[in-house]
Amino acid sequence: MKRYSAFAIAREAISRHQNWERVWAAPEPGKEYDVIIAGAGGHGLATAYYLGKNHDIKRVAIIEKGWLGGGNTGRNTTIIRSNYLQDPSAAIYEKSRSLYETISQELNYNVMFSPRGVMMLAQTEHEIRGYRRTAHANFCQNVETEFIGPKRVKELCPIINIAGPRYPVLGALWQPRGGTARHDAVAWGYARACSAMGMHIIQKCEITGICREGGIVTGVDTTKGRIRCNRLGIMVAGHSGVLADMAGFRLPIESVALQAMISEPIKPCMDVVVMANTVHGYMSQSDKGEMVIGGGADGFNNYTQRGSFHHLEETVRALIETFPMISRLKMLRHWGGIVDMTGDRSPIISKTPVDGVFINCGWGTGGFKAIPGSGWAMAELMAKGTSCLADPFSLDRFREGRFIDESVAAGVAH
Amino acid sequence: MLILRCPYCGICADETELTPGGEAHLTRFGPGSTDEDFEAYLFLRQNPKGVHIERWCHTCGCGKWFHAVRCTATLEIFGTYSAQNLRPPPDIIEAIKIRRPDWGGFHK
Ligand SMILES: Cc1cc2nc3c(=O)[nH]c(=O)nc-3n(C[C@H](O)[C@H](O)[C@H](O)COP(=O)(O)OP(=O)(O)OC[C@H]3O[C@@H](n4cnc5c(N)ncnc54)[C@H](O)[C@@H]3O)c2cc1C
Ligand SMILES: [Zn+2]
Repeated sequence: MKRYSAFAIAREAISRHQNWERVWAAPEPGKEYDVIIAGAGGHGLATAYYLGKNHDIKRVAIIEKGWLGGGNTGRNTTIIRSNYLQDPSAAIYEKSRSLYETISQELNYNVMFSPRGVMMLAQTEHEIRGYRRTAHANFCQNVETEFIGPKRVKELCPIINIAGPRYPVLGALWQPRGGTARHDAVAWGYARACSAMGMHIIQKCEITGICREGGIVTGVDTTKGRIRCNRLGIMVAGHSGVLADMAGFRLPIESVALQAMISEPIKPCMDVVVMANTVHGYMSQSDKGEMVIGGGADGFNNYTQRGSFHHLEETVRALIETFPMISRLKMLRHWGGIVDMTGDRSPIISKTPVDGVFINCGWGTGGFKAIPGSGWAMAELMAKGTSCLADPFSLDRFREGRFIDESVAAGVAH
Repeated sequence: MLILRCPYCGICADETELTPGGEAHLTRFGPGSTDEDFEAYLFLRQNPKGVHIERWCHTCGCGKWFHAVRCTATLEIFGTYSAQNLRPPPDIIEAIKIRRPDWGGFHK
């Protein structure tokens, strides 16, 4: 792999930028690998990367039915924060957030991590109490957050209407080190590093079956034939239930559509991320100037990547009260992704009833921020069979009533 | 926008009039059941990409809960029926089989 640098730009300019090395290779699948990863989203690619980097397991294939990063990793609103309530969540999300701080240098690929600060508005008395509690919890977890009053909110985000008639802004949970990153670049950066380690990223190849002998995984059937492996990691977000079904078990997961939209580009007007969880809307401004807007998930099981229009209406209606200036903005695009929701709104990073099959799913509406940390933990789990970051998120927590309840903490995840 | 016919009041209701209630025909295990059964009832779901039998409530209409069969991969609706039924009625099973010949059938 040729490193990217200012010098490289000058060097490639000599040949009019026609000879840049391909970012990742496009090999045909081999017969057998030590590890197969199902799904080349952020979580699958990051897991492969840390398998190679931290555990020296490099005979790895990442199998993707579409194109890499084309799932939720390329469809999210890129909010990165770690101000969760429960200790296991704080541990893995804070690990992830801190990895984001250095990942561009490490991967030699600019993921444009922008720690611009994330603000979660308190618009009811209940939310004030909830966020104060979270701020105290975060203090004990070594996660830097602070509960701030309305005056400070207005200073940090002047376009906010503090005195909304229905939902005035009463304060906010402020995480100054939260922010955003470029979602595609996260997938591309990890993919480039995996390919450089000799791993195979196989796109346009769908997994159609999971082969087992005596309860142990032996490989996968794909649209490009059978590929053998000793260990399989399933990281297919909304399609987790489909792959679990191939392996013969069920998951505590339902797949629903989550939508987002983006406005026409305008001049810089907001340099923080604002989430308004009571009214279900959140917004940030992209580097191109578009307002990036998201809201709540749809209510019914859905695999179509098309959501219901009235949810977009609700989101916009809610945000217009808090940000009156956006009421005249034209929306340019809207899209949906299929998110994998668990009952406690926490992910699953776990062994499964099939020996050698591991699953990482249930990130639902909020797994972009977790990509580096989740990959780190999942790689450790797959290499060693245990990982202190991953273990609390095992599948059996539902049977044992050991929930990591984040649904009460946030209302919406993202 | 989904449009479902409420089997009670007969109205073709827009999705905005309705509240989704998830997988239908779950066996409700209670105290004294095994951990596995209780877990399955509370958390484990089919979540199929394809034919899904589910509950809906006509919240902004007659207020009744009913059942619908819908394809989660296309949003096609195969029919609705009253919540008094313990399984999909034969005409709906037939309608599904015509449209989805490789459907695995209703299992409880
Ligand atoms: C609209 C929207 C907004 C969001 N906003 C945020 C946010 O602000 N902050 C945040 O942290 N998170 C957010 N999320 C959530 C976040 O996007 C996801 O949790 C995260 O991207 C999941 O990554 P993944 O790698 O698990 O899944 P994906 O990126 O979806 O990757 C899974 C891959 O598996 C592939 N696959 C599926 N089936 C098969 C098969 N049979 N064979 C081979 N490959 C298969 C898919 O094609 C896909 O590429 C948002 C999500 C959406 C939809
Ligand atoms: Zn009705």
